[in-house]
Amino acid sequence: MSSEPALNDFAVDYKYGFSMPETGVIKAEKGLSEQVVRQISAAKGEPKWMLEYRLRAYETFRKLPMPHWGAYLSDIDFDDIYYYVKPTEEQTTSWEDLPDEIRTTYDRLGIPEAEKKFLAGVGAQYDSEVVYHNIRKDLEQKGVLFSDPESAVREHPEIVKKYFGTVIPYNDNKFAALNTAVWSGGSFIYVPPGVKVDIPLQAYFRVNTKSFGQFERTLIIVDEGAFVHYIEGCTAPTFTKDSLHSAVVEIVALPGARVRYSTVQNWSNNMYNLVTKRAFAYENATMEWVDGNIGSKVTMKYPAVFLMGEGAHGEVLSIAFANKGQEQDTGAKILHFASNTSSVVTAKSISRSGGVSSYRGLIKAGPGLKNIRSKVECDALLLDETAKTNTYPVMDIQTDDVSMEHEAKVSKISEDQLLYLMSRGISEEEAGSMIVNGFIDPLVKQLPMEYAIELNRLIELEMEGSVG
Amino acid sequence: MKSLIIEGLKAEIEGKPILHGVDLEIKTGEFHALMGPNGHGKSTLANILMGHPKYTVTGGSVKLDGVNILELDVPDRAKAGLFLAFQYPVEIPGVTVGKFLKRATEIQAAARKQPFTVSQFLKTVREDMTFLEMDQGFINRYLNEGFSGGEKKRMEILQLLTLKPNFALFDETDSGLDIDALKVVSKGINRLKGPEFGGLIITHYQRILNYVNPDKVHILYKGKIVTSGGTELVHQLEEKGYDWVKDQFGA
Repeated sequence: MSSEPALNDFAVDYKYGFSMPETGVIKAEKGLSEQVVRQISAAKGEPKWMLEYRLRAYETFRKLPMPHWGAYLSDIDFDDIYYYVKPTEEQTTSWEDLPDEIRTTYDRLGIPEAEKKFLAGVGAQYDSEVVYHNIRKDLEQKGVLFSDPESAVREHPEIVKKYFGTVIPYNDNKFAALNTAVWSGGSFIYVPPGVKVDIPLQAYFRVNTKSFGQFERTLIIVDEGAFVHYIEGCTAPTFTKDSLHSAVVEIVALPGARVRYSTVQNWSNNMYNLVTKRAFAYENATMEWVDGNIGSKVTMKYPAVFLMGEGAHGEVLSIAFANKGQEQDTGAKILHFASNTSSVVTAKSISRSGGVSSYRGLIKAGPGLKNIRSKVECDALLLDETAKTNTYPVMDIQTDDVSMEHEAKVSKISEDQLLYLMSRGISEEEAGSMIVNGFIDPLVKQLPMEYAIELNRLIELEMEGSVG
Repeated sequence: MKSLIIEGLKAEIEGKPILHGVDLEIKTGEFHALMGPNGHGKSTLANILMGHPKYTVTGGSVKLDGVNILELDVPDRAKAGLFLAFQYPVEIPGVTVGKFLKRATEIQAAARKQPFTVSQFLKTVREDMTFLEMDQGFINRYLNEGFSGGEKKRMEILQLLTLKPNFALFDETDSGLDIDALKVVSKGINRLKGPEFGGLIITHYQRILNYVNPDKVHILYKGKIVTSGGTELVHQLEEKGYDWVKDQFGA
């Protein structure tokens, strides 16, 4: 069934590393050019304004230099990537309608089963396009919109035009520009005033094609007093060549709204995961990012909250696991633009076998603001002598009326902790897993139970073979 | 009846010899006390029996029911029926008492080929907690994290009662306890006493021995057991102090 052998020697326990024969109906030629940008836009039958926006972004991408900070990115060869692979003719609301290869993939990932059990809606993206999309009828009746962004461009241009590119402009950074030029798939959500979506909506991103770049675009608008919890998961085959995932996620939490965005990123270890995520939180709105990074070769991702109105609250919970050959450069950005705003950043990272995890954070508060509260806590756990961790916290506070806490801690699993658990009959490997899962437990508790279990299980897999 | 037989046990830490040939035999149904001045190897002995990696065994054997446990790794020693109540139980953040105890009990049940059910486990733990006058809320707390000294020691005894080992070593379990906590801890130890259980308590004080009534008392001095006897040894020590040991066995 699998067409590509999994050759990556350090991804031994990555059970999602399989790939399926390519079924694509459109595959743009390799490499990036204005021609490819136009081809993507044409394939989607886009209005002119979106094409023009893409072309502007493409020009900007070409001009902007690679980031000179963070992880080493110079090995990315933009000419050796497929930017657009359309896997099926049409999107469907029924798993049965999908081609066998694609349906089997999602079955193996357990998505249809999860949808039945505990999700209010699911979008499933395969390479460049969302191939399956469904939302519970009762939510649809309440006016909740949940679709791929292409459908939103067609059906709700007034909302898209109003917000698209306003939270993260195309010239924000090189990879935001790249995404804006070639974006394809992702999610669009609109929750009307006062509507609480009581169970989560999920998007699942799957890459199948070798040397592929996935550039999904997500726009979430949560109207006054409304609530939504959005979850995304991601996996990819383990290829010998690197892949690129560069998403842009824009969120607008209007006054009194609450948005929770949870990610459990489990990309294969050949993936460059370079994502820009940002939310605007207006008066009394709350934005929470729960960001779990287990997979990928390199991740650079710093979910941001701009606190735009009084009473707004921003929160980032970040968990990273850097195993052999991995670099997790993650963190958070909170910008206080209004008085009486508060923020909490809790970041926990685990590194082993030469893996590097870095916390990179920015807390900013402008001049003249009153009653600003912020708390940053970052803990790093090193599992062996070769594991590395860095902390780069930046505080740019231009007001005096501020309460600011920052704690950073680096710890190791102690011999005494292992001995204690082992003296009760628990194997060394399991004891290590228990301690690591315990380390992140305060964060994992924030996830819905099914995801908490999944995350714990992923950590256990990462811990396998940890006993030398 | 099972036995724990220590013969000619020699050990060192970072090249420095600490035990110079310890001989000691404990049978199930017996409860022994090990006394002696600080720094002469009492805690070392307990930790070596459990398998602490910082010590190196340089000679001798330790047989539990005929098996030389020095050849087993730490978890297998536990599965063979050995338990150590630590002097300083470590904190394990994020791992709840309930989760930890359940897993440890499950492993013990499998090792003994006994059935394990979560409902029975919970029932037993809750009863044991009540017996040890512990708040039921402890089951959801992170293991030893933020526990007072007394709470940590009770947690060791709760594990003892839950796991029901054949042999338990108590490393200064009485140190730092007030009289009420001491009574509770002693009550826990006494509850496990019986034909299936043997214990060795390491202590400096007569106090706890008044509650747990050892059958035999040994004195460890300069890495060797220099004398053994009944509770009269304890009274002698209380009266004369360790200078007496030094005078008698110091040469």
